[in-house]
Amino acid sequence: MTVVSDAWDYLTTAANWTGDDGMLQLLVQQLLLSATALLVAVVIGLPIALWLGHLGRGGFLAINVSNVGRAVPTFALLALLVTADWPGTASFGPYGRAGLATIIALTLFALPPIITNGYVAVVEVSPSVKQAADGMGMTGWQKFFRVELPLSAPLVMSGVRLALVQVWATATIAALVAGPGLGQVITDGFYRTNYGKGIAGAIVVALVALLLEVVAALVQRVLDPTPRASSPPRLRGMSEGGPIVTEATDAVGH
Amino acid sequence: MTLLVAAAAAGEPSCYSRLTNEWFCGQYLQDRRSELVDATTQHLEITVVSVLLGVVIAFPLALLARRLPRLESGILGLTTAIYTIPSLALLPLLVPFTGLSATTVVIGLALYALTILVRSMLEGLRSVPDEVRESAIGLGFGSTRLLLKVDLPLALPVIMAGLRVATVSTVALTTVGSLVAYGGLGNLIKDGVSTNFRAELMAASILCVVIAVVLDLLIVLTQRLLTPWTRGVRA
Repeated sequence: MTVVSDAWDYLTTAANWTGDDGMLQLLVQQLLLSATALLVAVVIGLPIALWLGHLGRGGFLAINVSNVGRAVPTFALLALLVTADWPGTASFGPYGRAGLATIIALTLFALPPIITNGYVAVVEVSPSVKQAADGMGMTGWQKFFRVELPLSAPLVMSGVRLALVQVWATATIAALVAGPGLGQVITDGFYRTNYGKGIAGAIVVALVALLLEVVAALVQRVLDPTPRASSPPRLRGMSEGGPIVTEATDAVGH
Repeated sequence: MTLLVAAAAAGEPSCYSRLTNEWFCGQYLQDRRSELVDATTQHLEITVVSVLLGVVIAFPLALLARRLPRLESGILGLTTAIYTIPSLALLPLLVPFTGLSATTVVIGLALYALTILVRSMLEGLRSVPDEVRESAIGLGFGSTRLLLKVDLPLALPVIMAGLRVATVSTVALTTVGSLVAYGGLGNLIKDGVSTNFRAELMAASILCVVIAVVLDLLIVLTQRLLTPWTRGVRA
């Protein structure tokens, strides 16, 4: 159990936090990486997903992208991108070593939950509401912006939240393949048999992950346009990893 | 050209030598066969044991959450919180208790599978129509018989869907176990990165995806055998 006290010592030594490659700098690096990748994924993925949902087409693609994303190990994809000649292993501005390869990998892994949830959210808007909108003489654009978008917002935001969790986890794994961020503290600690350091890094990464999730949940609650009745909407959205998507997969896949 | 011919004539392994370092190399698969088989076996073992452990823990939790609605949000919240922690951080947090062993990886992966499994089991049990349960109770079914003969069979499709998701993501996550040297094919990927060995990296990555697809198909097949009554409805 000495590793636990080693970890505590590492966390309480100020020198480990400050300076070049200190934990604070790595933390900022990883937050910057995650935010950029999430933003790119939202900008690319969300319009496509919502529009496909509006048209009610491409469901097979929109849903299976999540299944494919799950089967490809983040570690393997990161390794392939970093080892390839392009985009290479050199450092990339404020994003640190192997920055560009890492951003590409993070974006790729943020896309599936965003696309699948965005698509399912719009498709599952109640048909009677859609028919009512048609009956009122709304054009396609009006129906999309005034009816489908507000009603699908909670599930869309759950997708973005899941993507955030995914991106943070992937950004940590990046350190296994000489990537930037706090994962470095963990891998350095383990590869140099300084387990206290590795565990200290893990504690920081885990705490920030939980903090991000809590903040995201609060933001979602504040932004949610539909009045909060009870817990069911949240539970439905949270189950992306499980039944809701797989049910939809069955519906579309067969 | 002459260099290549000379190399081949000398009987050197051409496509994964330092000079060429090709991504796809059949020669590598032949020469390192035993290494690949060992890594794949370890990968499969870790994955299967983790998912089974996840199922064994998730089932009582799901039953408990259904029986006591007060505990439900607590159980779901806790499993979601675990899911939020990145895998590379969760494994080190287990090391003080289980050391650098396969047990660490198995427990970590089982915890991730737990999140998906508890959710799908709860949702599956909820999908059983109340009328069906009431009829069974009316017919004199006890609670154990109700669970085994009515609830479980009807919840099976949703539970199996969750099991598929959990299995596929566990296959992918097993690679991260290479941090504590028990990562199955992940160990080869790690080695491939540090020695810039492209054939090894590519072969291990593809094998991971193949394992995921094969296990997924096996579960689908099992589900078809276990729930023959759903086939007619689909078509």
